[in-house]
Amino acid sequence: MAWRAQPVGRTPGTIAAAGIFALVAACLAAVAWRAADDGVPSLGPADWAALRFTVLQACLSACLSVVLAIPVARALARRSFAGRRALVALLGAPFLLPVIVAVLGLLTVFGRGGWISSLLGLFGLPPLSIYGLQGVVLAHVFFNLPLATRLLLQGWQEIPPERFRLAAQLGAGPREVHRLLERPMLREAVPGALALVFAVCLTSFAVALTLGGGPRATTLELAIYQAVRFDFDLGRAAVLSVLQLALGLLAVVAGLAVAAPAGFGGGIGRVPVRWDRTGRAAQVLDGLAIAFAALFLLVPLAAILLAGLKGLPALEGPVWRAAATSLIVAGASTVLYLALALPVALTAAAGRPLAETAGLPGLVASPLVIGTGLFLILYPFIDPGRAALPVTVLSNAVMALPFGLRVLVPAARAELARSGRLAMGLDMGGWNYLRHVLLPQLRGPLGFSAGIAAALSMGDLGVIALFADPDLATLPLAILRLMGAYRMEQAAGAALVLAVLTLAVFWMFDRGGHARAAL
Amino acid sequence: MLRFDDVGVLNGTYRVTADMEVGAGGIVGVIGASGSGKSTLLEGLAGFLPLERGRILWRNEAIEDLDPGRRPVAMLFQDGNLFPHLTVAQNVGLGIRPDLRLKGDDKAAVEKALDRVGLAGLGPRRPGELSGGQRSRAALARVLVQGRPVLLLDEPFAALGPALKAEMLDLVKTLAAERGALVLMVTHDPGDVVRIADRVVLVDGGEARAPVQVRELLEAPSEELKAYLGDWAL
Repeated sequence: MAWRAQPVGRTPGTIAAAGIFALVAACLAAVAWRAADDGVPSLGPADWAALRFTVLQACLSACLSVVLAIPVARALARRSFAGRRALVALLGAPFLLPVIVAVLGLLTVFGRGGWISSLLGLFGLPPLSIYGLQGVVLAHVFFNLPLATRLLLQGWQEIPPERFRLAAQLGAGPREVHRLLERPMLREAVPGALALVFAVCLTSFAVALTLGGGPRATTLELAIYQAVRFDFDLGRAAVLSVLQLALGLLAVVAGLAVAAPAGFGGGIGRVPVRWDRTGRAAQVLDGLAIAFAALFLLVPLAAILLAGLKGLPALEGPVWRAAATSLIVAGASTVLYLALALPVALTAAAGRPLAETAGLPGLVASPLVIGTGLFLILYPFIDPGRAALPVTVLSNAVMALPFGLRVLVPAARAELARSGRLAMGLDMGGWNYLRHVLLPQLRGPLGFSAGIAAALSMGDLGVIALFADPDLATLPLAILRLMGAYRMEQAAGAALVLAVLTLAVFWMFDRGGHARAAL
Repeated sequence: MLRFDDVGVLNGTYRVTADMEVGAGGIVGVIGASGSGKSTLLEGLAGFLPLERGRILWRNEAIEDLDPGRRPVAMLFQDGNLFPHLTVAQNVGLGIRPDLRLKGDDKAAVEKALDRVGLAGLGPRRPGELSGGQRSRAALARVLVQGRPVLLLDEPFAALGPALKAEMLDLVKTLAAERGALVLMVTHDPGDVVRIADRVVLVDGGEARAPVQVRELLEAPSEELKAYLGDWAL
């Protein structure tokens, strides 16, 4: 990159990035050291089973999500109908929805005593069984079908409208349009989407914890958790962490090789004029795809709402205390996230693009791997239970970084390109530029990404489960415990509270960003 | 007196060289084909791009190591000369206090500058509420309060219509004469040069040639100038 004077310093961002790398390196070193401590680490049959299951469920989840997303994205790309905007917006919701809430919704619909099982019972059929591989994959598809649909929809919308016009002029029908325009696009977009969903599912913990389990449905993340919590076998947890890390590294390298698309961007709101969608069969197919996607997303959400409303009166004090704890943790981790992300984004934008790699640890190292590392570091000195909240705040902030930087870095780069020279000419370097220009101009992306960080932290059920002692809980952990005690009504009520609070904090930050930026 | 002493400015892998005296005042047109390095030369002078060698002297003092905000130079760009979220008065005020802590005197100076460029009373507006010509005037008002002796124009009026552009050029000429400032003006239009400049620097093949009088441009152009102008005629 060519040298060019910049109005912002690069030192704070470099320090922040170095701090993140140092922290993650310390965790990994602790894990590796512990793993090698007991001589040559060996893997038992259960560990191999966990590895196999992790890869198997991630493959299945990725393939199913993307294969189902293709017809949905195609339908959304070529039809305009009432509620299309709402449906596209709804596709963004599962990303923010706490995993445990979605799991409860899916249990209410697909569980043994759920809606579909009851329906089947009317016809004398046996109930569905959701626990195990099928349940884990179902939940992953619930989360990642929308993500994959958004990625592919973006691919469709990036086909220039003139191409469709040209194809129509050449007399191309749906089949030819598919061959000429859609298939080349899919060949580019599908591998990226597959890699992304695969990587997301590799680190699945909360889903496996609630819907998996047992020797046949345990992911590596879950195995790490069990090794620490149940067996207190830190050596084995460390070995499993190394495995998980290797898998994560592989997935990220594979993802970079196929260049996973961003998928957060705007521009998926419009429907281009097309001339190839007239066939009756195509219409029916699109209608079915849209109805399927809408039902698959809306029914579990409705289930949470209904079951939650019924459970609200049953809520007891500990749930509200856990809710307060969650809000504090989310607030603190959002502040920490901003303190890391802003300097890193500015440094990356101001001609040191390597700083952006500070997001990578959040992608490669899973929460439980980081958690295990921190546990190993802290354990000799203090009771890990007492460190539960600070450690959760820290890990949530690091995990939010890759998403946040993807939003912030391009925005910061654009603003520096727009006004950097002007500001330097006016001698308003550093603080003045930050206060009077960057912060006001970046309010939108800052608010949006802070909202994502807060929502992810609200719903996080990872490190906290590893560290917390029985009298401490965030709301997701409290729900997990209620489920474990078969108090499903209270669990549903608490899940509704969690969902509402999560969406509220996201909305608050996001609105805070837009309120004044819309000048 | 502005002097480029064996200067090489680096823009990525592209470089522009200059070894010339430009003078202490007046208006100097900077012309040359697209991509010849006109903007690179000005950015090097303003401090946005590094010098790979040489010195830039203003009144016999080297300025090439100063930060852009410390040089005796104010620059207007093709676009983005105003911050869209600040008012016109704040935008102008930045030329006095980059931290925007404007005192009574400062505010009076801002008002006076706005008045001078014909924007009296428009201080509370935001740039988005002004016309293109008014935005150019606001940027000029800020240059006025900055009070720097050298003004660099990187085609700030290129998007204006011919009548508005002529009006702005005349305003620049009046203001520069009032203050005895030196103006370097990049342009694609030899007509701009004829309208307000007294000297011309031709940037050709990555090399800035020492200024010549505008008369020469019209009467006895060099081979390079002829090649650049083609069959242009006034």
